[in-house]
Amino acid sequence: MSNLLQVRDLHVTFVTPDRTVHAVNGVSFDLERGETLGILGESGSGKSVTLRSILRLHPEHRTRWSGSIRMEGDEVLEMGPRALGDLRGGRVAMIFQEPATAFDPVFTVGHQIAETIRRHTGKSETDAWKRARELLELVRIPSPVQRLKAYPHEMSGGMRQRAMIALALSCNPSLLLADEPTTALDATVQIQVLLLIRELQREFDLGVIFVTHDIGVAVEVSDRIGVMYAGKIVELAPVEQMVDAPQHPYSQGLLASTVHDGMRGRRLEAIPGAPPDLGEMPTGCSFAPRCRFVRPDCVAQPPDLKPTSDSHLVRCVLAA
Amino acid sequence: MDSVIAVADRGGPVQPLLLARGLRKHFPVGGGLLGRGRKVVRAVDDLTLSVAKGETLGVVGESGCGKSTVARLLIRLLRPDSGTMVLDGDPVDEPHGITINELRRQVQMVFQDSYASLNPRLTIAETLAFAPKAHGLPAAEARARVRDLLAKVGLDPDNYADRYPHELSGGQRQRVNIARALALRPRLVILDEAVSALDKSVEAQVLNMLVDLKAELGLTYVFISHDLNVVQYLSDRVLVMYLGKVVELGPVEAIYGDPQHPYTRALLSARPSMDPRRRTHEAPIQGDPPNPIDPPSGCRFRTRCPFAEEVCARVEPPLTETGRQEVACHMRVAGSGHSKAV
Repeated sequence: MSNLLQVRDLHVTFVTPDRTVHAVNGVSFDLERGETLGILGESGSGKSVTLRSILRLHPEHRTRWSGSIRMEGDEVLEMGPRALGDLRGGRVAMIFQEPATAFDPVFTVGHQIAETIRRHTGKSETDAWKRARELLELVRIPSPVQRLKAYPHEMSGGMRQRAMIALALSCNPSLLLADEPTTALDATVQIQVLLLIRELQREFDLGVIFVTHDIGVAVEVSDRIGVMYAGKIVELAPVEQMVDAPQHPYSQGLLASTVHDGMRGRRLEAIPGAPPDLGEMPTGCSFAPRCRFVRPDCVAQPPDLKPTSDSHLVRCVLAA
Repeated sequence: MDSVIAVADRGGPVQPLLLARGLRKHFPVGGGLLGRGRKVVRAVDDLTLSVAKGETLGVVGESGCGKSTVARLLIRLLRPDSGTMVLDGDPVDEPHGITINELRRQVQMVFQDSYASLNPRLTIAETLAFAPKAHGLPAAEARARVRDLLAKVGLDPDNYADRYPHELSGGQRQRVNIARALALRPRLVILDEAVSALDKSVEAQVLNMLVDLKAELGLTYVFISHDLNVVQYLSDRVLVMYLGKVVELGPVEAIYGDPQHPYTRALLSARPSMDPRRRTHEAPIQGDPPNPIDPPSGCRFRTRCPFAEEVCARVEPPLTETGRQEVACHMRVAGSGHSKAV
C-alpha cells in the first residue's frame, strides 16, 4: 500500500512588497495511516507553515510553493478550488491551538458540526445533528445534548478543544493535522486531550501530524519525531532514538536545554544565539552560526538530509 | 539621592524579606440592578506567605488559580480587600511603615509579554534610564547605569542601547525587561511567567542568567509559572495554588518528592514524561478547573478529587503542617471526619 501522505522537497516562500520570507526550505517526509509524526521546532522554524501547506491554507496571492504534496496520490499543490474544498475537513482535518478562535462565535457548536457534515456528506439536517451528538459522546463531552446547543464561549478551554476534535473527525478524515492543540491548555487538561487524540488515532487508524514546541508533548504522542530548524527538517527518527541518541547538534542542544526532573542546581546547556532571519537564504548549514562543532565545510554548502541508519535521517556533515 | 542607591538590609538574615498575611482579593463581575445578585471572582482568598532573604519562592497552579493576582497584590498593582504586608520589618502602607512607592522601588516585577511591557516609542536606553532619572539620578550617572545594566543581562551596550523594542527578539526584549526591573536596585523581583513565552533554547539562556544575577546581586525571587519543571529547577520553596487558595506549601524537595495534596499529585503526574517507554496511560484527574466565580464549598478541589467525602463539601480544610510541608487537605487533619484522616 502506498503512503497516506508524501511530501517532497517542499518550499514555501511568502512575498510581500518589502520582504521575502523563506519559511520552508526543502521539507520531505512520508506518513502512513495509523502513524503519528511529531514535528518539533521553535517559533519561526517553519513547522506550522509546513502543516498548513498540506491544506493550502496560506494566502494564494503572496505565497510561492514548489515541490510536491501528495495526499493518497493526489497532488495538493495542483488542486482546483472544488477539490480543495473536498480535501479540507473531508479527507484531511485540522485542529488548532486556540479553539476559541477556530470556532465561529455566533453559531452553536452543534450547528457548526452539523453544517460541516452536511457540506461533506450531503446528509439531512436530522441525521447530521444525530451524528454531531455521537461525535460529542466520542470525545467524552458530558451531557452532549445540552452541549450541542452551547456557544463556544460557554465552554471551558478543555471542552472547546474536545469539541474541535469532534468537528475535525466529523467527516471521517484519514489524516489529522494538529497545530499545538494543547499548548493553551492547563497541565491537568492537556494530558486528557493528548490521551484522547492518541486513543482516537488508534480507533480510526488515522495518520496524525502533531506540531509542537514542547518536547514532552511530542514524546508523549509521536511514533516518529522530525526536528525543524530554519525551514528544514534537520533530524527525523523514531521517538526512542530521538530521545536516547539525538545526532544533530541542534536536536542535542534542544534536549539538553529543556528543563526536566533532576536538573536542579545544574547549569543548563543553553544554545547560544537566536534562530536566523528567514529573509535571506543561508549559503551553508543554517545552524552553523550557533553550532559548537562548526567547521569550514559547514558554511561552504548546505548539508543534505542523510540516513545514518534504516530509520534515522540527519542533516549534518558530522553525522555518519 | 538616597533613593537610587541600594537599600541596606535591616532585620538581618532571619527576618523574612516579605511577609503577607491574610491577603484577599475578590473581583465583582457583571452585576444586577443596584449591585444586587452580583457575582464575585474569588481570585485570592486568605493567602499568607513569607519570602526569606535570598530564596526563590515558586508559585504554581493552573489558569484562574490566582497566581498572577498574587503577583499584583505583592507589588500593590492591586489593592487587597484585606490583609497586611510587611517588608523587612516595615509595615506597608501604614502610618509607621513604608509607602507603596517605597515598596515598589524595593520590589520589582517582570511580566510574561516582553513586547507589551516595553514602551515602543522609547529606545532601550531611555526605558532603562526612566526610573533612575525619575528618582533623581543625574543624566550622566543614569547613562552609566544603563550601560552597566545592559552588560549585566548580556546585551552589548554599544549595540543595543539605541535600539527600539521591535528591533529585538523576544529573548532580548525579556533581557531588557529584567534589566529594567534591576534599574532601581530592588531586593525582591517578582517574575510572573517571565520565561513562558520564550523558545526553549532561549529560555535556558534566560534561566541561567536569572541564576547568575541572583547570586551576583543578592536578590530574592518570587517565581510564578505554570511550568512545573521550570519552577522545580529554580525554586527553594514552592507554593501550590488552586482556585485562589494555597493547597500546599513547602521545600521544593518535599513538594516534588513527597507531594501530600491530591491536587499537587495530579499536577505532577500530568507532566508529559520524557521517556517514550513510560508514557502516561490515564489522566490523573478528569475535567477542567471550575470557574473561580462561585467556587465549590468547603475544599475547592473536592469536585475533581478522587477522595472527596461529605466533610470536604462542608468544611474548608485549614493549612496544616505535615512533615516538611503544609497541606490543606482533610486527609491530613487528625479527627477531621474524613475516613482517610491521619
